[in-house]
Amino acid sequence: MSEKIPIGEKVLMKGNEAIGEAAVQACCDCYYGYPITPQNELTAYMSRRMIEEGRVFIQTESEIAAINMCYGSAAVGARSMTSSSSPGISLKQEGISYMASAQLPVFYVNVNRGGPGLGNISPAQSDYYQTTRGGGHGDYRVIAFAPSDVQELYDLTMLGFDLADKYRNPAMIQADGILGQMMEPLVLHEYKRPPDLPSKQPWRLGDPSTTDPLLVTSLVLNVTGMEERNLELQKKYDTITENETRFEEVGLDGADVVMVAYGTASRIAKSAMEVARAKGIKVGLFRPITIWPFPSARLNGLADRFDNFLVVEMSLGQMWEDVRLAVEGKAPVHVHGRTAGGIPQQADIVADLRKVLDAKPGEIVKNF
Amino acid sequence: MERVFTKPVAMKEPRTLYCPGCGHGVAHRLVAELIDEFGLRERAIGIAPVGCSVFADLYWNFDVISTAHGRAPAAATGMTRANPDCFVVSYQGDGDLAAIGTAEIIHAANRGENFVTVFVNNAIYGMTGGQMAPTTLVGQKSTTCQLGRDPAIMGHPIRVCELLQTLGGVAYIARGALESPKTIMKTKSYLRKAFEYALDRRGFTLVEMLSPCPTNWGMTPPQAMTWLRENMLDYYPLGVVRDVGAEEKAQKPVAA
Amino acid sequence: MTQKIRCAGFGGQGIVLMGKLLAQAGMMDDKHTTFFPQYGAAMRGGTANCSVIVSDDAIASPMVEEPDVVLVMNGPSLDRFEPTVQPGGWIFYNTSLIDREVERKDVNVFKVAANSIAEEVGNARTANMVMLGAFAKKLGTVNLETLLGSLDVQMHGKSGKIMDMNREAMKRGAALIK
Repeated sequence: MSEKIPIGEKVLMKGNEAIGEAAVQACCDCYYGYPITPQNELTAYMSRRMIEEGRVFIQTESEIAAINMCYGSAAVGARSMTSSSSPGISLKQEGISYMASAQLPVFYVNVNRGGPGLGNISPAQSDYYQTTRGGGHGDYRVIAFAPSDVQELYDLTMLGFDLADKYRNPAMIQADGILGQMMEPLVLHEYKRPPDLPSKQPWRLGDPSTTDPLLVTSLVLNVTGMEERNLELQKKYDTITENETRFEEVGLDGADVVMVAYGTASRIAKSAMEVARAKGIKVGLFRPITIWPFPSARLNGLADRFDNFLVVEMSLGQMWEDVRLAVEGKAPVHVHGRTAGGIPQQADIVADLRKVLDAKPGEIVKNF
Repeated sequence: MERVFTKPVAMKEPRTLYCPGCGHGVAHRLVAELIDEFGLRERAIGIAPVGCSVFADLYWNFDVISTAHGRAPAAATGMTRANPDCFVVSYQGDGDLAAIGTAEIIHAANRGENFVTVFVNNAIYGMTGGQMAPTTLVGQKSTTCQLGRDPAIMGHPIRVCELLQTLGGVAYIARGALESPKTIMKTKSYLRKAFEYALDRRGFTLVEMLSPCPTNWGMTPPQAMTWLRENMLDYYPLGVVRDVGAEEKAQKPVAA
Repeated sequence: MTQKIRCAGFGGQGIVLMGKLLAQAGMMDDKHTTFFPQYGAAMRGGTANCSVIVSDDAIASPMVEEPDVVLVMNGPSLDRFEPTVQPGGWIFYNTSLIDREVERKDVNVFKVAANSIAEEVGNARTANMVMLGAFAKKLGTVNLETLLGSLDVQMHGKSGKIMDMNREAMKRGAALIK
């Protein structure tokens, strides 16, 4: 693919590589990464494309070094990126927390695999808590996209860089081994830089055009100062929640059950929905595209109109918690979860949809 | 009246908040003097590491970034790779560089990254209250080796310069000390060389500075200077450990 | 029309390439398509399989639980995937390396002596192409001409003898269908 990138055309591409090309198109200046399955194709792709483009690529000594190189590059105003899979993302959390505190933009990708621990290399969504709660220490959040196909991996990577810059905050993609490894046709859109992105000149280091010394730090030793910084961050998170929450609704009209699923699980839920409808079960699908900010307000509104929710996830009840918090007890929230490479099966989902409809008041369907 | 001595422009404050007799103030000043000499203040970035020098931004009158413990070489790599026009001084203590950040310093050296590393070795953890460092001498006492460092249990003090000097990306490595005007001036000449090499993008440069820590050594400042001289210099010999420029000159045949 | 296909064999037989070519050809025929490889610790001689969906409609789940078609290149893969095929589906299998019959009576069977034909073409490693040619011609899921064209895209940079042999092998597979 390196000879000539057919921008504007439809091509067949692996998810991991689509992320890479989107990053290259979106003017990523520096990529730092360490090998881990199932995201290796992304690092490999960047090793060729970034160097072809005369940009920075380093295969680092560790995931920790990679995120700290991002920290340095971001501090001098460069678009920086790293990627990994679950255990490697855990290693990066310290650096991500520092960047959230120092308000440095970074874009990173977590192609989830089975956990906890070394787990396995099979697809999973079990880093949901880590992704949506910030991930490292302290009161902070990262903008987290949950694409469900290769086109979205491409498009949301571009958006991720832009929002990271816009809000001076880490932004990331939560994918899984299936999305990373699968190939699918996509159109390689040209990148268009949003005209409203703020300049980095006022805060980037090493720039001779700023004469007063600047400081990039995550350390504010006095209590008032650090609490103030936290409150400033919270205000920013409120703005992001208001402006950047994204979701998709499929066939909700007249549904007796609303399934809530993201990423690969949402595609399986969509297939199950078709099977269920053929069997006369009225079911719709709500798909969060951002899992932080989570579309809580919208779900709360839906709970006024719909009687049942079934969360389908490749983790054991992690997103279930967010949906329950969102609907505030207005409707029962059921859950179908598989993990560590266990993939929800269409037939099992359809069977659980039946159970949901047959459930007595107060009864919650939970498959694990 | 003629002014014969002043603070460097690259220094904000003539005084520091470090303990009496601490070497950090001197090390900061050497960096600042050379930033002035080379005219680098507008594009310089200093790294404030985790440790006593975490507030280096209070003293350095140029851009400063504080980095995670041990990760200064990675952040410095990120800065110089992303913008080769900035001049980065990565400043690390012995715990930061030789314990938690061992991997980062080795690989930055091996890749030949073009920033200057100032390695302040006082054989102890200062900020956390006098714990054993990777460079604590055999027999030296600390709060975490109260009976003295026993190599059979705690391993040996690490000679960082000698450890790094074999790596392919290294351009210049030297060890100085901050225990007397003479060694301080010598150390400054080492640091000047490192600045020159970094500006010429010749590769990795590091100057180790043996530095007193009277507070955590439990001594007065004069005692600490004496202790450094009598105990550290044998194990950590001063001098240039690696200089690729000198090596190249030595290899060139002498003109007839 | 939606067809779910699984290609299976051992590592080194070009199983992943089979899947990529099918997906590429599907896309070039203006159909919706997905490709998903079994991934993990790669090992020559280990088992390999991948799944491809080719459809006139948008594809929701890329997962293939019960394929409509399996293209089976070795014995262990037949043992593993024979039971998974949809009733009324198809099993294409490589009789050069599989010496048993398909046991199921509710599926269609097509036998391809893939390795023998590939050796006649000049390289046993083109057995995967023989199988693909036979499948494309027999079921018409993807156009044979498009499949030949997909080789140029997926094996970009390669040329000369090996590409000629790949094309020839694919055509020889197709020629099994009268």
